[in-house]
Amino acid sequence: MQLVEHFPVLIVGLSMFTAYTMLLVGFLDRRLPYYIALIMNSFFFILSLFILDYVLTVGPIRYWLGGWRPPWGIEYVVDAMNAYLLIIVISIIILGLIYSRSNVKHEIEERKHVTFYVLVQLMAAGLYGITVTGDLFNMFIWLEIASLTAYALIAVAGGRALRPAYNYVIMGSIGACLYIFGVCWLYAATGTLNMADMRLLLPLLYTDKVVQMGFAMIVVGVMIKAYIFPLHLWQPDCYTWAPSTISSMMASVHVKVMFYILIRLFFSVFTLNFIWQYIRFDILLCWLAAIAILAGSIWAIKQSNLKRMLAYSSISQMGYLLLGLGLSAFSYWGVVGLVAHILNHAVGKGCLFMSAGAFYQKEGLRQIKDCEGLGKRMPFSSAAFTIAAASLIGIPPTAGFASKLFLILASLDAAQYQFVVVLLLSGLLNLIYFWRVIDKIYFVKHEEATKREVERRGDGLPFSMLGPMLFLASLCIVLGFVWLSDLSTPLMNQILANLGVGGSL
Amino acid sequence: MTPERRVYKRDVIIDVTAKLMFPLTLLFGLYVMIGTGGTGGGFQGGTILATAFILYITVFGTKTGREKMPESTNTFFSSFGLFLYNGAGWLAVLFTFGAAQWLNMSAFWPVADYVGTAGARSFLVSYMVSVGIGLTVMASFVSQYFDLAWKEEDEMEEGGEG
Repeated sequence: MQLVEHFPVLIVGLSMFTAYTMLLVGFLDRRLPYYIALIMNSFFFILSLFILDYVLTVGPIRYWLGGWRPPWGIEYVVDAMNAYLLIIVISIIILGLIYSRSNVKHEIEERKHVTFYVLVQLMAAGLYGITVTGDLFNMFIWLEIASLTAYALIAVAGGRALRPAYNYVIMGSIGACLYIFGVCWLYAATGTLNMADMRLLLPLLYTDKVVQMGFAMIVVGVMIKAYIFPLHLWQPDCYTWAPSTISSMMASVHVKVMFYILIRLFFSVFTLNFIWQYIRFDILLCWLAAIAILAGSIWAIKQSNLKRMLAYSSISQMGYLLLGLGLSAFSYWGVVGLVAHILNHAVGKGCLFMSAGAFYQKEGLRQIKDCEGLGKRMPFSSAAFTIAAASLIGIPPTAGFASKLFLILASLDAAQYQFVVVLLLSGLLNLIYFWRVIDKIYFVKHEEATKREVERRGDGLPFSMLGPMLFLASLCIVLGFVWLSDLSTPLMNQILANLGVGGSL
Repeated sequence: MTPERRVYKRDVIIDVTAKLMFPLTLLFGLYVMIGTGGTGGGFQGGTILATAFILYITVFGTKTGREKMPESTNTFFSSFGLFLYNGAGWLAVLFTFGAAQWLNMSAFWPVADYVGTAGARSFLVSYMVSVGIGLTVMASFVSQYFDLAWKEEDEMEEGGEG
């Protein structure tokens, strides 16, 4: 057994280990947990790079926990898709941790700092676990760990965050219940919980009502967690009142990992054949996604709170992912768009929430109308905000352009021309709601701003906040070139092959 | 109008029964955890251990219970349980220099040499994994019980604002 094959379980196991160590160390010094989490997650990042290299050169990692053979024991499977997502999750968690250094001091009272970092680390453990597992029930366990910590992390600020957090607890529990019921139905039909094994056993049962019902339950359950359009009601309040670090982490990676469950379900447990021949679900998904894209954007236009606007924008962006998933039944470009948009949205939305948090921390503003003249007062944060917004709108040299291009190609390839119209229209709507903010930031003069401009150079924010923000903003531009060049082709081809989708770039 | 505070008199029967039941419950919890010599029983045993403490707290009051089982002890036990469980997994990897999987107890040669592969599996699962799970569960339950009981007393002293 190669050493690399231990790395997935090393990441997950050590995450739990780290979290509980931080809890103990917190008694000695309240500042230590932050450093421990940062060091350990950087270590995991290096490990995940090794995993990606191994997966691309040798093949998927299959790890039998406890040495039990897969249909009976739990198996961790890491292929190109997992490794790709794992790297995204770990790097956003690291950047979020760096950002939280001064943000947490501002938004959360001191006595909660230790538990805050412990919960972040536990949430990270849950997310890593969902990403590497190859077992449906094990996935539920990690799903619960990631969700329970997320409930607590949203409520940690107290005050107005408590009510949305409670809503999220109720909705999230319903989602988890539906997921586990669905898994139970599939287990009743097939007698196995292992994804690869279930994929082999299911084709004979595709017409079985129990299997179809189980599929529907899991899809709806995960859709609640990933706030797909009609089930998004818990989300805007949560993201508005949660600490900025948590909004940024959850909007970038938490929801991506939840969506990843859907991807695994569609491609690795069931097959695309089942989706488009037996239940005719694909075109329904596409229309659901189209409604989500447009409705999220329109709601975002009428918000007055900056973070709330970003939250609705996230709902719209989840529609893009769903559209990619729906279109993948017709064309492999759908998968390409989906996979690319997972990273692009994680980078862009993380950066946007971080700059919104920076605006709140420095100037105490939450409303869009107060953003007047911010371009002068906080040049770096405003620049980061603008670049990330441009990426989400889809302006050419940025990353968002690439994923929109892939999705448009998918629609054209699938001969579903109505979705091209939806995508172009949503780009316009995105432009409208982001322009409201950018217009206030750069083109409206503020009386006090001119005075303060003389006194202060730069943002007046510590590097620990500016660094991650600017890094993500620059990544928005770099990724735009990476997606359109040949650099990403080997990874993308490997992902397409692992997900069992025909075709290659 | 303030709600009437009812003061309970100490009852000798309840006191003595609780004192008698406390060690017996702990012993029973321990038996459920490690007595069966195989997988399972960690969660159930931990819950039974927790009931012993919860009985003690209910009978002698939250303040006395807090002195016997402070929050730092709870935190220590919940972490220590996870260290045991997770550490058992890592020991299997470390002792075989990465040849065996995480938590693959049959490859745990220091024990397997004496009691055989299957024996090593059951020994380690019952004595390390189950005990680890049990301790974590016990500490978590007691901590949650304290959170609920303590809060109520605080609110009563402040005049019930919540």
